[in-house]
Order: sequence, then structure tokens, then C-alpha cells
Amino acid sequence: MSNRLKSKDLLGIKDLSADEILLILNTAESLKEISTRDIKKVPALRGKTVINLFYEPSTRTRTSFEIAGKRLSADVVNISVSTSSVAKGETLKDTAKNIEAMNPDAVVIRHQSSGAPHFIAKILKCPVINAGDGAHEHPTQALLDLFTIKEKLVLSRSPERSEEAAKELKGLKVSIIGDIAHSRVARSNIYAMNKMGMEVTVAGPATMIPADIRKMGVRVFTDLSKAIEDADVIMMLRIQLERQENGLFPSIREYSKLFGLNPERLKNVKKDMIIMHPGPINRGIEISAEVADGAYSLILDQVTNGVAVRMAVLHLLAGGV
Amino acid sequence: MQGYRGKGQGASILIKNGRVIDPANKIDAVMDIFIDDGKIIEIGNSLATHRSPLTTIIDASNKIVVPGLIDIHVHLREPGYEYKETIKTGTEAASAGGFTTIACMPNTKPVNDNQSITDFILDKAKKDGIVNVYPVGAITKGLKGEELSEIGELKSAGVVAITDDGRPVMNSELMRRAMEYASMFDLPVLSHCEDLQLSEGGVMNEGFVSTELGLKGIPNAAEIVMAARDIALAELTGARLHIAHVSAAGSIMLIRDAKKRGLKVTCETAPHYFTLTDKDVSDYNTNAKINPPLRSEDDLKAIREGLKDGTIDAIATDHAPHEASEKDVEFDKAPFGIIGLETALPLTLKLVEDGILSLNDAIAKLTINPARILGLNKGTLSVGADADITIIDPEEEWLIDVTKFKSKGKNSPFHGWKVKGRVEMVIVNGCPAPHLRR
Repeated sequence: MSNRLKSKDLLGIKDLSADEILLILNTAESLKEISTRDIKKVPALRGKTVINLFYEPSTRTRTSFEIAGKRLSADVVNISVSTSSVAKGETLKDTAKNIEAMNPDAVVIRHQSSGAPHFIAKILKCPVINAGDGAHEHPTQALLDLFTIKEKLVLSRSPERSEEAAKELKGLKVSIIGDIAHSRVARSNIYAMNKMGMEVTVAGPATMIPADIRKMGVRVFTDLSKAIEDADVIMMLRIQLERQENGLFPSIREYSKLFGLNPERLKNVKKDMIIMHPGPINRGIEISAEVADGAYSLILDQVTNGVAVRMAVLHLLAGGV
Repeated sequence: MQGYRGKGQGASILIKNGRVIDPANKIDAVMDIFIDDGKIIEIGNSLATHRSPLTTIIDASNKIVVPGLIDIHVHLREPGYEYKETIKTGTEAASAGGFTTIACMPNTKPVNDNQSITDFILDKAKKDGIVNVYPVGAITKGLKGEELSEIGELKSAGVVAITDDGRPVMNSELMRRAMEYASMFDLPVLSHCEDLQLSEGGVMNEGFVSTELGLKGIPNAAEIVMAARDIALAELTGARLHIAHVSAAGSIMLIRDAKKRGLKVTCETAPHYFTLTDKDVSDYNTNAKINPPLRSEDDLKAIREGLKDGTIDAIATDHAPHEASEKDVEFDKAPFGIIGLETALPLTLKLVEDGILSLNDAIAKLTINPARILGLNKGTLSVGADADITIIDPEEEWLIDVTKFKSKGKNSPFHGWKVKGRVEMVIVNGCPAPHLRR
């Protein structure tokens, strides 16, 4: 297995090979321990500048990238739209050119337009890391999800060598529930899990299942119970409340009734399944408080692992390895 | 009213030994054409060469000589958007692409919804234009879809059709009245078929590619339901309906059926709809962002079938120039539209090479058919007709290079394509266009 990624950028999981995904996961595994030390810092990216360019509000992902960069000793600069010249009408192209002129070593971008990271990656010489673009991809989220699944379902069962264990991701069944049409988390996870040989099911209201999604290699259900009955992993997606105004579902009440995960729904699922959610959660809507805080829930493990995975990505792309 | 009539008198020209294709007169033979004073004087075999010392003789051996091409769907952008295109640059692009006559859409600023704008366009075309320009008027004032333009006055000012192109008339009652009213003047109504609620927020075709790219899709149905509505209204009113830039298989079926039932329905498609699919958007290429959007492989096949069986009467470009920086943005922020005047001919000739169309039918869809749709006395090489002639080298291979285009717009998805068939010369109203390639 190579110890480097082929592309200068991480724009999506679609472009990665299975080996590259495993390389990131294995790197993350070795970096995870740093975050448990008293002095949570290694000099891997000392003297490197990482710019967080966030066009959408984000707490978790931006903080996670910032901490990841800092634990590797990079200088991390945050640019958020409301305080930047973007608010004065600067185009993305000009913003990218100006950032390029400051000679950064990596740019992490979150943008509401699908394809925006690809757009700036053509302008910037440094690595561009997609931290979520429109409804397209959110590759580091899928990587941290895989990392969490591997850690909980595979390593805990057969804790010997991790490379062997990774192969055992194969055949695991994952059900992604909610607004698939608008979810970049769903798309990145579908690509990632298919590449690992996992079986993906998606379910949600018919109004939120995008055209021809089956061609991405997934099963599709509109019945929550059927979708989760044989799942090893149940991944709940956040429902955007404004989708109701757009007529995609009649009420939060009905959505919650049909697609909300609660203890009642968990009566007929696999005993050792796990529950995930990319956050932020709507308690009591797509996931009940009991389930979100319950024993099966790995929601906070996902957050912990997010730092390790982002350290791995920054290290592999900006670390000169 | 025809805009450009040539600077001074048309020249005396004898075009010799070309393969003359004139679908209206069912001619496909090696012949000579003699033109003088802006008209076609004689067409036949081995015409005498010694007419006058002023006669220019053009050897068209191994070339195809056809009626000047006609594009009934062009956005010239003037007045209002001269930074995108002007009547001067747009007509130069037309000429470079082999078009001697174009019809320009009314979505200028101000909108061509009254005679003073029509007058302006015709005056400007006379001054700056190098091909014939026929304006198309707006159906509704300001393209707002609220009240009818003064269609009678537009007609007398010189518009050849009405449309709210770029926007549909969503109010079905108003569309009905527009059709009834336009039929008093025998004006065709050109319909941009799009249900704005179904297409709301969409930036590309809805399908597997939009799902993968995470872009909001525009379903086929957005076009099809409006095509169905407008066909029903054409039946109700007896008006002449022309459906613009057909992109979806379902629309073709409806139009085929309407024609079978004898309704006065015609339609056009554009070269990109029979050449590209939504897969060409895959790298977020804003130069492939068009409305209606590039559709699926199945739609492309249906468009080709519709061209073949005659359901689609005409090929028009929907030439929509934009300034480079407007397209150099995030995909969902880029404006819709691509240029087409300088690429339409080789892309259409490719249909001949692929066995979809005979050369005769291909030329008909670029000449006599669009002329008939707009009721223009053009598109033939009949004796006495205006001497609008395009001479084509069918064998020349060339590389499409937008930097060499006459159009101000460089927004073409065909940049870098190798194509075959090139315009050799264009004669407009008896005058060779000023920027001949050779």
C-alpha cells in the first residue's frame, strides 16, 4: 500500500481508491492517541499554514479542523463569510486568488454550492480539502464515520491487526435514514462504504429520495422499520426544518412519526447494531433523546474521531509525506 | 424591414461548379448560380462566364452551395447587455457560422415589447449588422407574464414572431389570449416550455448525474407539461405554435402526435441537445449549463429520432452569449446559456455523417424550414430570391477555438472539439460578407 494520496486535494470520496481510504483510516488510528496526551501536540505541520474558509455556519467541522491543525502544530487561520470581503461581493475566484497570494499550505473549504471546492482547487496550488459542498460531498465526515464503524464493530470484535480488521468492514450493512436528496453526508458515505464492500440502504420520504439513487449502488426504502431491520449501522440524518416549507413533508410531527428513531423502533433490529448521526441533532424529531443518549449511540465518538481523521488528512496532504 | 441589405448595390457574382443543394426546389446537383443586384438571376449548368467585366467568378468545385443558413433563435443582447454581445458582433458571429439571417429574442434591456425597441434593433442592424436581422417581440410587457404587449404595433414595426423566451407565460389564460391575438396577425408564438414551479431552483437535468453532483435538478416534466399545455391551447385557438429548444423525449412524442392531428405546431431543437448529455456537466462545467438543460442519453436519442422523422422542423442555436467572468463562478451561480452560431453547422453535418439526416434534410432544417416557420421569404435559391448564399467546404477538418470566435461570448462546451465542415463564404443580399476566411 502506498503511503500517499494520489491527488493534491481531497474533494470527494468518489475520487479515492479503497487503498487510499484505508491509508487515511490507518493514519488516523496512529494519530488518535495524540489527543489523549497531556500535551496534545506534535510538530508534524510546524511552520505550515492551514486556512479554514467557511461559507456556511459550522461549529463541529470548523472546530474539528482547527483542533486537528493545531494538534499537528500548524498555524490555523479561520475565515468566515460574515466577516470577510465575501460579504462585500468578492467572487469565489478572487477570494481564491487572494488566498493563493498568501501562500498557504492547505485550504479547508465549506461552501453551499456543490462543486465550489473543485472550482478553487483549480486556482490554488496547495491542497484543498472539501469540508462539505452543497448537497455533493463531505468526505471527512464519511471517513470519520468509517473510522468509528471500524473501531466499534470490527476492532472490538477482532482486535488483532487493524489492516486485517479493515477487510472485515466488507459485508456490513448500513442504513442511512432521512433527507437523502440534500445530504452530502449520505453521498460521501455511499461512495466510501461501497468502496469498502459494505451494503448500503437509504430510506426517507419519497420526496427526499433523489433521482436514480439506486444507480449509486444502494437499496431504497420508504419504510423505516424495513430499512433498519438487518442493519449493523443505523445512520440518522438531520432533517432541515425549512424543507417542510418547500412542501417536501407535511409536518415535523408526521416526519417524526414515520422516520424518527425511538426505542419503539429499535425492538426489531440487530442486538449489536450501532447508531450514528453527523450532527447537529434535532432531539425528538429524527432521533429521540433516549436513543441519542443511549448505549447504542456513537454520536460523540464520531466527534472525537473526527479530529483524528482530519489530522490524518492534513498530515497526508500538507505534511510533505 | 429586413435590416441589412448590403452596403450599396449587390455585386455581380457567378458561383461555378458547386454542389448546389436547395431543398425547397429539390435541387441537389453540380450547378452554377449567377447573382446580380442582390437577387438570384439564374441557376443552371455551365452558365456563360463572360457576362460583364465586373462579374466576380467564384470557383466552388468540391464545395456545397446552399441557401444562406437561417437561425431563428439568437440572443443578440443589444440593447442593454452590450458587454455580452452586440448586434455587430452577433451578426459577425452569424456570418462566420454560415448564417445569413437570424431572428433575435426580445429579452434585451429594455425588453423588445414595443415598436421603439424594434425600430432601434432594425436601425442598428442596418448600420452595424452584416446579416439579415429579424426581431422577435415579447408576448407580455416586460416579459412579466402579466399583460399583453402591443402585438399589433410590434407586427407593423417588423417583428416576425412573439415569445417570452427565457421565461414561460405561466398564466394559461393569458397564453390562450396571446395565441388568439397573435393569430389575427398570422404571427407564430414561440414558446419556451418550462413550468417554473417544477424547475424552481434547478440548475441541470434531474437524473443520476444531478444526484451524484448534488445539484438541484430540472425534471423533463417541467418542459413536457408546458408543451402539452401549449399544444392544447394551439388546438383551442388555431394559432401557430412553435416550440423552442425542445430537449425532452416526452415533448417530442407530444409534438409528433400534434402534427399527426394536423395542428399548426412546429418545433426546433439546438445542436447541443443532439450532441451532448447531462454527463457533460460532470466536472461542474458552467459552459454546459443551459436552460432547458442537457438531458439524458434517452432524450438525446429521441431528439435524433425526431430530427430524422421530421417531427423537429428546424435546428436553431439558442445562441446565448455571456461575459467570461459571469460563467467563471460556482456552477449554481452561473447564468444559463451557451453560444452556438459558430459551431452549429459542423455539429449538424455530423448528423449527416452519423446517418441520422440526409444532407438535404440537414440543410432544409437550417434554411427553408425555419424560413417557413417565421414566414420569411428566404431560405431558397429560387430565381428572383434574395441572394443569400452559404458556401461550405464539407471536408475541411478544424479545431473549435473560442478565442478565434467573432462572438463576444466564449461560453461554448465545444471548445477544443475537432469537427468537419467549414463555412467557406457567405453572401448576404448579393454581397460577400466582409470577413471572408480566405
